[in-house]
Amino acid sequence: MSEAFEILFTASFWVAAIRIASPLIFATMGELICERAGVLNLGIEGIMVAGAFSGWFTVYMGGDLWTGVLVAALTGAMFGLLHGFLTVPLGLSQHVTGIGITLLAASLTYFTYRILLPEVSSPPKIEPFQPVVVPVFSDIPVIGQALFNQTPLTYLAYLTVAAVAFIFYRTPVGVAVRAVGENPAAVEAQGISVTAVRMGAVMAGSALMAIGGAFLTMSAFNSFFFEMINGRGWIAIALVVFGSWRPGKALIGAILFAAFDAYQIRLQQITGGVIPYQIFLMMPFVLSIVALVVVARRATYPKALMVPYQKGER
Amino acid sequence: MRLEPRPSSAGAAKILWPAGAILATVVLSSVLVMIAGASPFTVFWLVAKGAAGSQFALLETLTRATPLIFTGLAVAVAFRAKLWNIGAEAQLYLGAVMTVVIGTGAVTLPSAGLIPLIMVAAMLTGALTLLGPAILKTKFGVDEVVTTLLLNFIVLLFVSMLLEGPLKDPMGMGWPQSKRVVADAQLPRLIKGKRLHFGFILAIASAIVVWVIMKKTTLGYEMRAVGHNAEAARFAGIPVNRVIAKTALLSGGLAALAGFSEVTGLKGNLTLDLSPGYGYTGIVVAMLAMLNPLGVIAAAIFVAGIFVGADAMSRSANVPSYIAEVMVATSLLTMVAAIMLMRYRVRWR
Repeated sequence: MSEAFEILFTASFWVAAIRIASPLIFATMGELICERAGVLNLGIEGIMVAGAFSGWFTVYMGGDLWTGVLVAALTGAMFGLLHGFLTVPLGLSQHVTGIGITLLAASLTYFTYRILLPEVSSPPKIEPFQPVVVPVFSDIPVIGQALFNQTPLTYLAYLTVAAVAFIFYRTPVGVAVRAVGENPAAVEAQGISVTAVRMGAVMAGSALMAIGGAFLTMSAFNSFFFEMINGRGWIAIALVVFGSWRPGKALIGAILFAAFDAYQIRLQQITGGVIPYQIFLMMPFVLSIVALVVVARRATYPKALMVPYQKGER
Repeated sequence: MRLEPRPSSAGAAKILWPAGAILATVVLSSVLVMIAGASPFTVFWLVAKGAAGSQFALLETLTRATPLIFTGLAVAVAFRAKLWNIGAEAQLYLGAVMTVVIGTGAVTLPSAGLIPLIMVAAMLTGALTLLGPAILKTKFGVDEVVTTLLLNFIVLLFVSMLLEGPLKDPMGMGWPQSKRVVADAQLPRLIKGKRLHFGFILAIASAIVVWVIMKKTTLGYEMRAVGHNAEAARFAGIPVNRVIAKTALLSGGLAALAGFSEVTGLKGNLTLDLSPGYGYTGIVVAMLAMLNPLGVIAAAIFVAGIFVGADAMSRSANVPSYIAEVMVATSLLTMVAAIMLMRYRVRWR
């Protein structure tokens, strides 16, 4: 039993937790931006698949790693454009459209993979991002290694949270994004286009989701395989609710979640097959549901979430 | 741009927009086919031939349509009441689990008793599977989209655990699969020696029953009222939470029938690949049918035809069968857009 407890004090455990958290941080921030602007984006799961593939393939074809990240982001933004166009000016059901985007993005990716790599039996590998130790900071006891012995994409994830928080609460753009999710008519009255702000938010959010997917193929692993997103997008949606639509709280949620995930993997090794491994694999999903139930009562949704806006309507 | 409601007499739009949706789907998939280095005409011809070009093809399409009718109905019923059941996959699998729990020898009864018993038990299992998220929604305000999606993953892992544990077939050469259901638990084939089974008839009958429930009963009226405007329905004295719970039971039960009929009619046992995403495809089927239970039959046959046809096509032409998934997803998006444009006019200003 003490063995199960000691895991929590090993540096490698926390390093793994932050690594697992990184794609979730990107995806959660992406979904959070969309939802704060009033648009639920269930395209997230498929957009992550597309981002994971497009980033990886760019590098596989000889592109620079950062070019791969950029291509992934652009791919995500394109799907965001489609989701935004269908749900914002056309006002289609955000649930149905989002599921459609997920099906489309995932199937297009699989189709493209088969066309571009028809012959391969095992997925080819790339040289992924390597950990970069940040001097001084990494010497902080316990958390130093965990936070500052990671790949550059993880550092980008931290920066993303800071940037989202800064833009949301310190810039006019952020005020506009939050306002279209709460009271779009008031924004329109200020002479700002609700459509433009929402479209922009959905595209930016989708780009982040795609980078979250790319983290898996370009930093956590080094190749692309089907089903690798494995529900991470849906978990990100739960994390947004858990974080009550605030970047800081969502970040803490993602790290807590990832720590739990890293813990169950290690616990699985200790228990040595007495408990079926599926029980451990289930835990992240069960935990997400439990977390939702706990916070749901006091959750304050953006007031205009899932409410299409028509100019001149009240 | 803005949207204005069309006068209900605008007949041309009712044909033009859905036709446009199909055209857009065809154009996009043609581009993909050309990227793959094949001729769209050849490929579409092969898909059509593979879906309906022979008795074998046609029967195969109807066989594939059977689970899609059930999941399509499950989604149509739920979405009508704005209960976003994205978890038909989970309900399907748990229905299948209950089917093999009872059907592999635990209960001995003649066919006429055993099959209805299994059917009811499977439906109850699926119904309860969705009741959980429905109660979380009405009592705790937890969004059912996320809970039903997450449950899909939990249930699949649970099934995997059962198939490697208590439900594992000891004679299965170590494969994670259940024992086969006994002969008395198997649905008859409709034509001797062919794969099309009685589940198809059951699916058609279910669609008719659901149509009657939706159009002719108080429950159907209440479900539509809740879906249209829950607040107004509550104000009018409709017990909204009870209606949502009943919707969940009906929807979950229908999805479970897909699992029941695949096991007892087609596969004979439960494996982890029982459903290649029938639960998710059911959403497409329901939307293409505009949530009409009878339309679900046609939509399911259409979608099944694309899948069966694309499988046949990819064996002779060098185009991955994933083109079917792309076409189905595209048709979903273009169709929901077309339905909107049928009802509203776009004003540019």
